[in-house]
Amino acid sequence: MKFKKIAAVVGAFALAGSLAACGGSDDSGSDAGGDKITIGIKFDQPGLGFKKADGTYAGFDVDMATYIAEGLGYEEDQITWKEAVSANRETFLKDGTVDMILATYSITDERKAEVDFAGPYYVAGQDLLIRADDSSIKGPEDMKGKKICSVTGSTSAQKVKDEYGAVPQEFDSYSKCITALQGGQIDALTTDDIILAGYAEEFPGEFKIVGQPFSEENYGVGLPKGSEDRDKINDLIEQSFEDGAWEKAFNDNLGNSGYELPEPPKVDRY
Amino acid sequence: MDLFSEYGSAILEAFGLTLRLAVFSGIFSLILGVVLAVFRVSPVPVLRWIGAAVVYTFRNTPLTLVMFFALFGLFYQLKIGASQTAPLNEQNFQLAVIALSVYTSTFVCEVLRSGINTVPLGQAEAARAIGLTFSQNLRLVVLPQALRSVLNPLASVMIAMIKNTTVAVTIGVVTAKGVNEASGQMRTMMENEADQIVLIFIIFAIGFMILTLPVGFLAGWASKKFAVIR
Repeated sequence: MKFKKIAAVVGAFALAGSLAACGGSDDSGSDAGGDKITIGIKFDQPGLGFKKADGTYAGFDVDMATYIAEGLGYEEDQITWKEAVSANRETFLKDGTVDMILATYSITDERKAEVDFAGPYYVAGQDLLIRADDSSIKGPEDMKGKKICSVTGSTSAQKVKDEYGAVPQEFDSYSKCITALQGGQIDALTTDDIILAGYAEEFPGEFKIVGQPFSEENYGVGLPKGSEDRDKINDLIEQSFEDGAWEKAFNDNLGNSGYELPEPPKVDRY
Repeated sequence: MDLFSEYGSAILEAFGLTLRLAVFSGIFSLILGVVLAVFRVSPVPVLRWIGAAVVYTFRNTPLTLVMFFALFGLFYQLKIGASQTAPLNEQNFQLAVIALSVYTSTFVCEVLRSGINTVPLGQAEAARAIGLTFSQNLRLVVLPQALRSVLNPLASVMIAMIKNTTVAVTIGVVTAKGVNEASGQMRTMMENEADQIVLIFIIFAIGFMILTLPVGFLAGWASKKFAVIR
């Protein structure tokens, strides 16, 4: 009982911090089933979820989210976008800050204990992004002793440290990794291939993806535990594979990255 | 409690790195802070200006920016600030210590300067009257009294510095084994154990209190013991 109270207080602090960190306008809050839907996306990942300078949003996750929201009966102007950084995702779903999340959100067992997932709508794999003129790296086994950049705490950062003997450089954002990669201070950036594709697309000709994925990440749509929309969203995801919306969302956002669209995954109705 | 069996040694190593950052930054910021304070009260105008410029620049810049500049500006562009041949994790450690030390030293300087103001003017005048030079005056008369009167606020600066070590996560300070300092380790655990976030918060909050509480107690005890009785 006592622990619950403490947990509630700590949770409140965490929420206050996360709200302060976002700073975006959030006047709608949560009203699932009403005439608005709040969707959590990344704001800082080009090609996936990105807030452009003019205040609009673009990316594969954004297009998929719009498609799903429309299938659920919301018009585009009824969608409120909210930034969901990785550490906030479970909290946002649990306290109702957002109604669903499409933010390169990998389905894992630990997360399944906290939230529900529809999908997967994409299977990504951890890969390497290197400078276009670098021919010394052909796969993860060439990384021994090379400087490799990733985002602090991410699963990809942990994997490279543990398995491939690379020298890890961690930053708190991918954009710092990109700057250091351009400057030659590091040799590669590692994370899911589709995120890398977003950067390859943003800086045409500067980078290339090695193309030897060494993990499998199933991106799902995060939903609050017990959400009744889950089956509907699973249907919508399957529908998007068939009617070409999925492929279009990819080609519109990542078509010029030199990275090829894989086969659509099989939706997991657990 | 399997969090502890799985991450126990990593948590200890993470706080070890935090402590190492704090100890080095503490020593350098105290030294640099005294130097800056001496500059700011010195009779030489150029030194006063330098002291003021450093304090106003770094005290009013967010630590994240100072940290970022240490790596991207100093090290990547100007190739100074850390040994080029050292392992990557040592380079980042040295740069983080530089950033933290410079930043914290401006607060140390201002605390010391306020302490100097508590020493009655008559003391400095008397010291000059018996023929002490400026440096003897500071070293033997003014600074010892000033320091003793500001132990508590100085401890607050040091506690803030210990918590500020978490900003080192922006440039990725890790141990040789690749374990992050405390805030990076916290992010790692939150990524992996999404179902135990509250417990993880509590563990790290307690960890920091274990580091900072003794500083406050020590300062409280010392400020009583060394109080200047006038």
